[in-house]
Amino acid sequence: MASSLTGVGVSPGVGYGPAVAVIDAVPEPPDLPATGSAEQESEAAAAALEAVATDLEARAVKAGGEAQEVLEAQAMMARDPSLATQIAGKCEAGSTAARATYEALGAYADMLAASGSDYLAGRVADLHDIRARTVARLLGVPEPGIPDLSEPSVLVARDLAPADTALLNKDLVTAFVTAEGGPTSHTSILARNYGIPAVVGCPGATDVEPGTLLLVDGANGTVELNPAEVHVSAALAKDAKRRAALAGSGTGPGRTADGHAVALLANIGGPEDVDAAVAAGAEGVGLFRTELSFLDRADAPSETEQVAIYSAVMAGFEGKKVVVRTLDAGADKPLPFMPFGEEPNPAMGVRGLRICMQAPEILATQLAALRTSAASTGAELWVMAPMVADMAEAAWFRSQCHRAGLAGPIGVMVEIPAAALRAKQLGTVADFFSIGSNDLTQYTFAADRQVGAVARLQEAWQPALLDLIALTAEGAAANDTPCGVCGEAAADPLLACVLVGLGVTSLSMSPGAIAGVRSALAAHSLDQCQAAAEAAREAVSAAAAREAARTYLSEMDALGL
Amino acid sequence: MAEVTVILPPGVGLHARPAAMFVKAASEASMPITVGRPGEAPVDAKSILAVMGLGAKAGEEIVLVADGDGAEGTLADLKALLETAEE
Repeated sequence: MASSLTGVGVSPGVGYGPAVAVIDAVPEPPDLPATGSAEQESEAAAAALEAVATDLEARAVKAGGEAQEVLEAQAMMARDPSLATQIAGKCEAGSTAARATYEALGAYADMLAASGSDYLAGRVADLHDIRARTVARLLGVPEPGIPDLSEPSVLVARDLAPADTALLNKDLVTAFVTAEGGPTSHTSILARNYGIPAVVGCPGATDVEPGTLLLVDGANGTVELNPAEVHVSAALAKDAKRRAALAGSGTGPGRTADGHAVALLANIGGPEDVDAAVAAGAEGVGLFRTELSFLDRADAPSETEQVAIYSAVMAGFEGKKVVVRTLDAGADKPLPFMPFGEEPNPAMGVRGLRICMQAPEILATQLAALRTSAASTGAELWVMAPMVADMAEAAWFRSQCHRAGLAGPIGVMVEIPAAALRAKQLGTVADFFSIGSNDLTQYTFAADRQVGAVARLQEAWQPALLDLIALTAEGAAANDTPCGVCGEAAADPLLACVLVGLGVTSLSMSPGAIAGVRSALAAHSLDQCQAAAEAAREAVSAAAAREAARTYLSEMDALGL
Repeated sequence: MAEVTVILPPGVGLHARPAAMFVKAASEASMPITVGRPGEAPVDAKSILAVMGLGAKAGEEIVLVADGDGAEGTLADLKALLETAEE
């Protein structure tokens, strides 16, 4: 077994404890002749069902509320007299207790599934759960689900379902590690809701021996097996500081220690992300990636369909800013309904706004849907175009927005060095800028985001990138153009301070990063941010830039950030 | 042998939540009780799986049958329970 595993960090923080495995499957009992008499087999089945029913009742009392009712009904099913009769009949015919239980409950589950009633279809899962628990008892294997935790533990699973976690004692879970799942899987959402560190999409997680001590870092996605004690205490001490800092950061608007306002906004992909953004105290949406809702679509989404999605997002931000990026398709996220040709180098081909210029009707439909959604929800709609290279493109986008009757700010993303270099001129045809730091890095360093071998150059701390951001912010300031950053750079608390020092006026990031950035800003003055930015630009490498900035942002260590 | 007919009120279907409540009450009686549609084979009223499988919906007529001491009173209680149940 390796000494560490790597997955996707989806909920920041450090968790430590013994691995507890979540059992998600019980084997199907083989259809073999019974060893005991029919009477013994059917009594064994009845005893196992009674034990399961008693356990369900105990959990019902613990759960309370609506869950109590569901679990009590489930206990009644385990004690059902017709079920007992069916099982006894199968044992009479020579089945083992486990096989008879498996088949009888399976038949009832099939009957309910075929009923066409939503309520009964929901009970199918209850029957499968009873079956798995009863069969596990009869076979002497662990029951499915989460074992009762007796000490702070790291839960390790293939993936977790809502039913697994309904009764989970979250106080005893120090971290989640799952082999499958992504940032939007149930585990990720649950972990972020409760502030529990989590690493998902982590190959090898299910091979970890239960009881192995794990140190989980939910920010960078690492899981260390049996780590050295000194390493554990250092990581936990740092995390305790971080948690205290976040707890003290509140949910108010972003500002530096001396009161310079910096709006903290959320990056979202659709309505499912709204709750987390609101809970994190986002002052609005800084990047709504509209294409994410349509990646699997063969046909262009209708205006009505788009209105439904956009309204669901905007309804969460009445009176607040929602910056919407129009459809951004390209090499890394093709939209099947958009006109792509074969290109030798798609990152530099017809992508972003360039595709919309070839298919203006798709953009027109989207702009109309956005206008309707903003009007009906009262959100403050800001619209921006992805991948703008020059003034002609910015002006074309602006004219399309005006034609669609959009009255709010119309902006452009600064992702191409040419746009950064000419920010001052671009500001005459754009009401705001949003720097997409990930793509700006890729194009500045000629380093493809999807090629691991050039990852070193993909660092937002590269001084050349900081220079371009500074240039963009200066050009923006000449026309009083708001200038935000909406890439990964904005989510790094230390770099966020530097960005503010460079003249950036708002920061947009995944909701989970907002608290850290808020506390970092609140601990430092604008002067400190500016001094850090200047020092970082003078540095000779990304690593040196980070170190230089840290010396001016003196409170970061105390915050554990 | 006692028998009553009940018309399930709006919102009360034995294919949904009230089934558990009904079976729980029926299970407390000492005598056997069945439930079914008129003219069809009845099922054990003490079996939640059988009652859910029957799938009687709001507005349907169902027949309850019980045999034994106090059967009439028990059926009257069950009828009242269904007629006053809330989804």
